[in-house]
Amino acid sequence: EFRRFSLERSKPGKFEEFYGLLQHVHKIPNVDVLVGYTDIHGDLLPINNDDNYHKAVSTANPLLRIFIQRKEDADYSAFGTDTMTRKKNVLSNVLRPDNHKKKPHIVISMPQDFRPVSSIIDVDILPETHRRVRLYKYGTDKPLGFYIRDGSSVRVTPHGLEKVPGIFISRLVPGGLAQSTGLLAVNDEVLEVNGIEVSGKSLDQVTDMMIANSRNLIITVRPANQRNNVVRNSRTSGSSGQSTESSLPSSTPNILGNLQGEEESDEEDIIIEDSGEPQQIPKAAPTSESIESLSQIELLHESTQNGFLPSSEMNSNHSAGSISLEDEVPEPGRKSLEEDGTIITL
Amino acid sequence: MRRFLRPGHDPVRERLKRDLFQFNKTVEHGFPHQPSALGYSPFLRLMAIGTRSGAIKLYGAPGVEFMGLHEENNTVMQIHFIPDQCQLVTLLDDNSLHLWSLKQHGGASELLEEHRFTLKGPPGSPPSATQVTAVLPHSSREVLYLGTESGNIFVVELPSFRVLEDRTITPEAVLQRIPEDNCNRRSCELVEALREHPKNPDQILIGYSRGLIVLWDLQNNKATHHFLGSQQLENLYWQRDGSKFISCHYDGSYTQWPVSSDNRQPEPLENTVPYGPFPCKAISKIYWQTTKNGLPYIIFQGGMPRASYGDRHSISVIHGSQQTAFDFTSRVIDFFIIFSSDPAAEFDDPSALVVLAEEELVVIDLKSAGWPAVHPPYLASLHCSAITCSHHVSNIPLKLWERIISAGSKQNIHYSSMPWPIDGGTNIAPDPPQRDLLLTGHEDGTVRFWDASGVCLHLLYKLSTVRVFLTDADPNDNMNALGEDEWPPLRKVGTFDPYSDDPRLGIQKIYLCKYSGYLAVAGTAGQVLVMELNDEDAEHVVDHAEADLLQDQEGYRWKGHEKLKTRDGPVRFEAGFQPFVLVQCQPPAVVTSLALHSEWKLVAFGTSHGFGLFDHQQKRLVFVKCTLHPSDQLALEGPLSRVKSLKKSLRQSFRRIRRSRVSSRKRRGGSGNASEVQEANAKFDQDALQEMELAPVQRKIEARSAEDSFTGFVRTLYFADTFLRDSSRHCPSLWAGTNGGTVYAFCLRVPPAERRMDEPVRAEQAKEIQLMHRAPVVGILVLDGRSTPLPEPLEVAHDLSKSPDMQGSHQLLVVSEEQFKVFTLPKVSSKLKLKLTALEGCRVRKVTVANFGSCKTDDYSENDLAVLTNLGDIQIISLPFLKLQIRYPCIRKEDVSGIASCVFTKYGQGFYLISPSEFERFSLSTKWLVEPRCIVDVPEVTSNNHVHNKSGTENAARKS
Repeated sequence: EFRRFSLERSKPGKFEEFYGLLQHVHKIPNVDVLVGYTDIHGDLLPINNDDNYHKAVSTANPLLRIFIQRKEDADYSAFGTDTMTRKKNVLSNVLRPDNHKKKPHIVISMPQDFRPVSSIIDVDILPETHRRVRLYKYGTDKPLGFYIRDGSSVRVTPHGLEKVPGIFISRLVPGGLAQSTGLLAVNDEVLEVNGIEVSGKSLDQVTDMMIANSRNLIITVRPANQRNNVVRNSRTSGSSGQSTESSLPSSTPNILGNLQGEEESDEEDIIIEDSGEPQQIPKAAPTSESIESLSQIELLHESTQNGFLPSSEMNSNHSAGSISLEDEVPEPGRKSLEEDGTIITL
Repeated sequence: MRRFLRPGHDPVRERLKRDLFQFNKTVEHGFPHQPSALGYSPFLRLMAIGTRSGAIKLYGAPGVEFMGLHEENNTVMQIHFIPDQCQLVTLLDDNSLHLWSLKQHGGASELLEEHRFTLKGPPGSPPSATQVTAVLPHSSREVLYLGTESGNIFVVELPSFRVLEDRTITPEAVLQRIPEDNCNRRSCELVEALREHPKNPDQILIGYSRGLIVLWDLQNNKATHHFLGSQQLENLYWQRDGSKFISCHYDGSYTQWPVSSDNRQPEPLENTVPYGPFPCKAISKIYWQTTKNGLPYIIFQGGMPRASYGDRHSISVIHGSQQTAFDFTSRVIDFFIIFSSDPAAEFDDPSALVVLAEEELVVIDLKSAGWPAVHPPYLASLHCSAITCSHHVSNIPLKLWERIISAGSKQNIHYSSMPWPIDGGTNIAPDPPQRDLLLTGHEDGTVRFWDASGVCLHLLYKLSTVRVFLTDADPNDNMNALGEDEWPPLRKVGTFDPYSDDPRLGIQKIYLCKYSGYLAVAGTAGQVLVMELNDEDAEHVVDHAEADLLQDQEGYRWKGHEKLKTRDGPVRFEAGFQPFVLVQCQPPAVVTSLALHSEWKLVAFGTSHGFGLFDHQQKRLVFVKCTLHPSDQLALEGPLSRVKSLKKSLRQSFRRIRRSRVSSRKRRGGSGNASEVQEANAKFDQDALQEMELAPVQRKIEARSAEDSFTGFVRTLYFADTFLRDSSRHCPSLWAGTNGGTVYAFCLRVPPAERRMDEPVRAEQAKEIQLMHRAPVVGILVLDGRSTPLPEPLEVAHDLSKSPDMQGSHQLLVVSEEQFKVFTLPKVSSKLKLKLTALEGCRVRKVTVANFGSCKTDDYSENDLAVLTNLGDIQIISLPFLKLQIRYPCIRKEDVSGIASCVFTKYGQGFYLISPSEFERFSLSTKWLVEPRCIVDVPEVTSNNHVHNKSGTENAARKS
């Protein structure tokens, strides 16, 4: 069944409206469908949130080919694989590319059905020897599952090589979040916790910081195994499946999303009024928030590098009102505010 | 734009911060930890105490105190004041001598170390050759005589510490004049005592350890007399006129010797073993004091019969037929006698005996019949029973102050009325700005009320909760029933008593309302007592109520301690705070939080199981709330192991302090071979690093979950009159915060005063907030419409505070160990937060609202939060915007007990324990500083004093 209809390019509207429109046009109001489109390279890409919808509309040239499949008999593997001509496109780094290759018949649900558990972030701003890993504890039942210890590492200083104390990952709990991501390993040196350097801090201090940030923990490590590092400006990647190839955000905006989660997952403290139903505590008036961001900015300056490049969303399971971003790198002012959120509101 | 408005860069605010905040450690209260030496200057009327950590503290009149610290942190072995000078010499256990001076600077006196010196022997001589055992500052003030282990007596010049080698008194020189059949070289080993002749400064008495005593003529450099003691010598003392002296010995005997010009080798006049005939312990020090009536005082330390009383720490006073052996609670470090220092006086006429024991200072009035003790105005033994909690109340109304003092004075009737005899120096500090009380709860069930207004922490009143309960050891049958034998005539003195009859009596929480005089005290076995101040003795029944905090929780068994048994029937209470109601928590777990609202007549209490509210007017339990998580087995079954081992951990942490002090000193020491030390240090560090790699300490990183233990543990309780339900009507409310990050709010309905007894107080749960980070809630506070913390109960009624703003919207501040959060009220929405732990890795241990006044203008003051973190830092955080103002390192982070003991005042001061017996006082305010400021004037010394001395007509008597 083919349908052809027009959209106003400048005002595409929201994905939900578009989805409703499709259902209306095809007269299938109560059928769950998957929506996809072919991009300029001929890849079949999904449309399931405002961002990739907008992207799709903006790339239409002039026609936008939309594919609609019933959800129950959808061929998930069609997306991004069969039609792909130039490269493997990683939907998200939880979908291991090698898994995908070897067992193409396993039905892997859409990203929207996933909850992100970890990601590598800031690949573009960190030295290649470092890795910034984000663990999403919120909503998972899995324990974070790792231990840290004191140790010493060798640093290059003006006085030559020096042994300096450092904090290291000492153990991963089998089945824990940390282990299951494959992004952290025993003897990795912890350099930062949520943007704050750990040097000069005691093991107990770092422990407390990590636990205080446990709902959205971002740790920057120097991996003990440096062979799996991302090699920049090159398409080749480490052969081991443990290292996730992280493409540059500009080329594949759909990767590594969900930065927005932190604002959300930030302790929604719960209030029960008059023994009623538990509710999340809302934020108060914006005036106070501005004050809050002031203190956040201050903090930002303490930590040297933490520009989280906002990526567009892959997942659409966030409530309305989430901050949606354009694909382009945002203006600097905006970016810094985003950073604040990332660092503080965990 | 916002980034340019960063706080901390506002110059106006920065200037204001300088006017408001300043950190000082001002004074140490209490009794020095591990005292090791005592000295006294009758000339300055100052006493000096040295400690094992190398501190020296001088005390005179109340408020006059000085402190110095030897850089080496070595034990102070001896302290000697230089006669008629503002100087003293200390001997440390590393054999170094230090000269300290009191110098005036900026209108006040300061204690400064001037010189240090270590006696050096000829090359190749053993260390014992120069190991100093006895020090004699000569009355000429020019030289020190140093007796050594080798028997040599070295003479050093003051203040330069130059050794006058030609004046050294060698054993060979001494032995020249003594018949060889009585003595040999070994008789002169180890100088035990050196005493200057009281009338003739050219003669000194030398006592050697093996019993030989020699009177040495300094002018002619020869021994004029020698005295052959048969027993090992301990000490010597001259009679005032110099015609006799007394020696005391290892076998518990003392001997009087005559000194006359005709007999060069006199026989003893009298040899006594006061506690014989069975073998006795050594008499280590002795005084012989003459009086007008002719009967001397003989005062000595030790000498008890070895087998039956060898474990006693005693000092005996013998005066004619009167004899008492004062029996001290801990080892006697040293003692001295205060007597007439007027050189012209014919007799000593001793007035007081001052004893430094290991755990307390005891002063005995020798003038009054029965020799009563004198109540010391300072150096209080804070730890006579271990401190379990503290509570500070600022600005006590005069009326309450007087009533507490009057109650306390009735407890102190057995003390002597003698004015404090150590009264040197002048306190020039301004009078304390207000009356402050520090209340300490103790392990034995007592609460002590200390006057914390000024430099001298002074005990005003002691409250015991023990009388309410039946304990195994009734205090009444304990003291005298044992029936000490009549001989030796022992008499217990001192208050130090670290042994608690029953640990359940321990006080855990105290809350005093300074306006109403209501006091709530809660303890280890779930007991909560509400008390009222009564100026008369009274006998009455204490009402009992039980609060079952487990309510509907079925099938749990409490495996911890039982509740305390109570006395039936009326109990007699002395004047002071008298309990009228006892609320017993069930299970009888330790009370972890307590709040009292004197206006509403309500008391709230919490344990690890839940919390309850009690109406102490109607004596009725209003409600209880169980806060337990069903899986929290540990809390249900037993008391915290932490509580059990508190004492142990205290002890350990002090041991740690000492060890760390020692190691840091060891590393610093030895300036001579610095490079070597550095090398060794580097190697040590490397080894340490390697060691660290071999055996790493691991920390688990795991999010806190609801299932963690002790989530129900109630950490804080707070009463507030605020908008809980809607923004038009405010009502009384009770707030509780738990270890699991839950805040409960209850709406209270308190009947109006006229129907207060008729209608019940009602409570209804209005809100429950769960902080998602689940850190323990340590503080709850409501800010009024002007963002000012709500006043204390009755504060407004007493016109001491503006009434809170009930027009604007109120805000709720919840402080957890990790975050500060402000919520709006009555609809709870989050407004502001400060995430301390996520940023700095430190956690909140203590938090209080403190008022800071500007030192520049009288009309500016503001409220801020004073916060102590687990790293021992103090931070000041502004209200209501939660901005960090300033941070000071205060307590070492390893000093867990110090951090746990910290208490802040409402005006930016604080106290924490630096040892079990000492509070350090600190101030964060520029305006409220309580620190010693005193002056020691050199009493007029006549210019010909020295000449007089030489001529032998006058001498300032002197102690060891």
